[in-house]
Amino acid sequence: MTGGVVTSARSLTGARIFEVQRADAMTQLLLFNVTNGLIIGAFYVLMALGLSLILNLSNVINFAHGGFLVIGGYIAYTITPYLGFWGALLVAPLLTAAIGIVVERILIRPLYGRDPLYSLLLTFGLAFIIEDGTRFIWGAQGKPVTIPAFLAQPLSYEFFFITGYRLFMVLMVVASVSLLFALLRYTRLGMRIRAGTLDLETVSALGINVGMLRSLNFAVGVFLAGLSGVLAAGQLGLEPTMGTGLLMPSFVAIIVGGVGSLPGTLFGGLLIGVASGVTAVFLPSASEAIMYVLMAVVLLIRPRGLFGEEGMMT
Amino acid sequence: MSKALAARSLVALVIVWTLLLLAPYWLPPFGGYTALGTRVLVLALAAMSVNFLLGFTGVLSFGHAAYFGLGAYGAGLSLKFLTMSSPLSIFYGMLLAGIAGAILGALIVRRRGVYFAMVTIAFGQVFYYIAFQWSSLTGGDDGLRGFSRQPLDFGLFSVDILSNANAFYYFVLFFFALVTAVMAVILRSPFGRTMVAIRENERRARFLGIPVERHIWIAFTLSCFFIGVAGALYALTNNFADPRGLHYSQSGDFVMMAVMGGMRTFWGPLLGAAVFVILQDYLSSVTVNWMSFVGLLFVLVVLFFPRGLLGFIRPTSKA
Repeated sequence: MTGGVVTSARSLTGARIFEVQRADAMTQLLLFNVTNGLIIGAFYVLMALGLSLILNLSNVINFAHGGFLVIGGYIAYTITPYLGFWGALLVAPLLTAAIGIVVERILIRPLYGRDPLYSLLLTFGLAFIIEDGTRFIWGAQGKPVTIPAFLAQPLSYEFFFITGYRLFMVLMVVASVSLLFALLRYTRLGMRIRAGTLDLETVSALGINVGMLRSLNFAVGVFLAGLSGVLAAGQLGLEPTMGTGLLMPSFVAIIVGGVGSLPGTLFGGLLIGVASGVTAVFLPSASEAIMYVLMAVVLLIRPRGLFGEEGMMT
Repeated sequence: MSKALAARSLVALVIVWTLLLLAPYWLPPFGGYTALGTRVLVLALAAMSVNFLLGFTGVLSFGHAAYFGLGAYGAGLSLKFLTMSSPLSIFYGMLLAGIAGAILGALIVRRRGVYFAMVTIAFGQVFYYIAFQWSSLTGGDDGLRGFSRQPLDFGLFSVDILSNANAFYYFVLFFFALVTAVMAVILRSPFGRTMVAIRENERRARFLGIPVERHIWIAFTLSCFFIGVAGALYALTNNFADPRGLHYSQSGDFVMMAVMGGMRTFWGPLLGAAVFVILQDYLSSVTVNWMSFVGLLFVLVVLFFPRGLLGFIRPTSKA
């Protein structure tokens, strides 16, 4: 498309050619950043959906969520030599979820009856331990994760930035989000999670094991964090601090979308991803700040968030 | 307040103030140093400001480091460009933090519980990014340098608080006393009682016709003013303002100090800050993995000492 424009522009005067090429470069840049924004937004969505699940059912702000992402990534790094990329992609999130269940059972379960302050502080401390622990085990230096060669190639020369891996990441996010929503919509477990989000007491009175429900729900959330860790590792490489950088945007995604609403979180994550991508074109230094501006605007106009329901944990 | 309780709190007051006033003399024999005492005092003031909101209004702000940092940058920038007076720079720092708190507080106060905590964290990060990105004014990642605290000029004589560590300690203690006195007076006023009523039962307070949102907003704003003073003192202590002082992990430290000391008590955060600062100082000197130990401290306190050190000694909460 854009190539065609340039070719036909050859017959025009020099100034026009320059102008067309500049417009072309602008489109390229904009497209590049919007694509980037969408991909980053997809990460925010994966992270934020997991956080949101745990927050909605158990009223726990899981500060260690970024830590679980890092654990997922490093587990993938460790097992890739044995299982290959595809094996790691499957096994690493499962192992992360298993660690999540252990953490939930031992550390977080005693805090359910108490002020949410305590689970917040505990997971906050846990994030410290995980970050320092990964640095201790794997070292502070970044680690690369090798991805299959056919995924590493750009799909077209015009849009060199759309590599197979980026497309693959987006497809993975789409697939896992669809699976999650299907799980919540059609399975017994999902139905119980949704019911528990609305009224946990009644769910408990109906004879459902709420402790088990919370564990499984926590595991699903942490699984998503682990999965984003593996996917992020293939694109960005691994660093012990990478989780903390993704945590704050996930918070903002949840607030913008509306606490208590998973579709809201989905929309919020994509929105702030694209917004920061577009801002990066025009005002690069504000690309981080834009999501907070968005959040402030949403809180001003619609305090419960875009998709939030009135009275939901407000 | 019963007579026995009044007597007990009087004894506590005498003990606290005697210890604080004599700190430069009893710290060195115990292996401490005056500058450590100054740091404890400054961070304790910050933790007490957080606790003013958390312990007495029952609202968890996890983003107070932002206002702490605003106080620090406010004081640093005013010393650099506006004034040569250390106390005046503290005033400017306080003003900056308080005004920012008042504006954002209006957006935040309608949220409750975890949602309140999340919104405060996220808004707090705004200031972190501003301090980080606006390098021409704030020095960016390197922090704000190029200012130092100025001697106190009383006309007839002046006090050198720059090189005399003890003099600076008493300078900080003066402001600490001032702010904690204001806090105590507010907590004893009808307004302070109302704050506690909101903490205990928000719905009942609402039914009694108390404008809950407005009260929480005022309490939030006040605590931002208080922590602004702490932040300004921190900038003067280091002759430096650091963007990491605005990060939410700093907020976590403040909340931890309050919880560890005992968040339903007035002096708890002071004790918590002392333990936290000394422990961090010690751990970072003996191991590179001090972060893990601090994290472990968080986990252990939450699981085993949720009421804090003072709450442990004194099971019935006052106020």
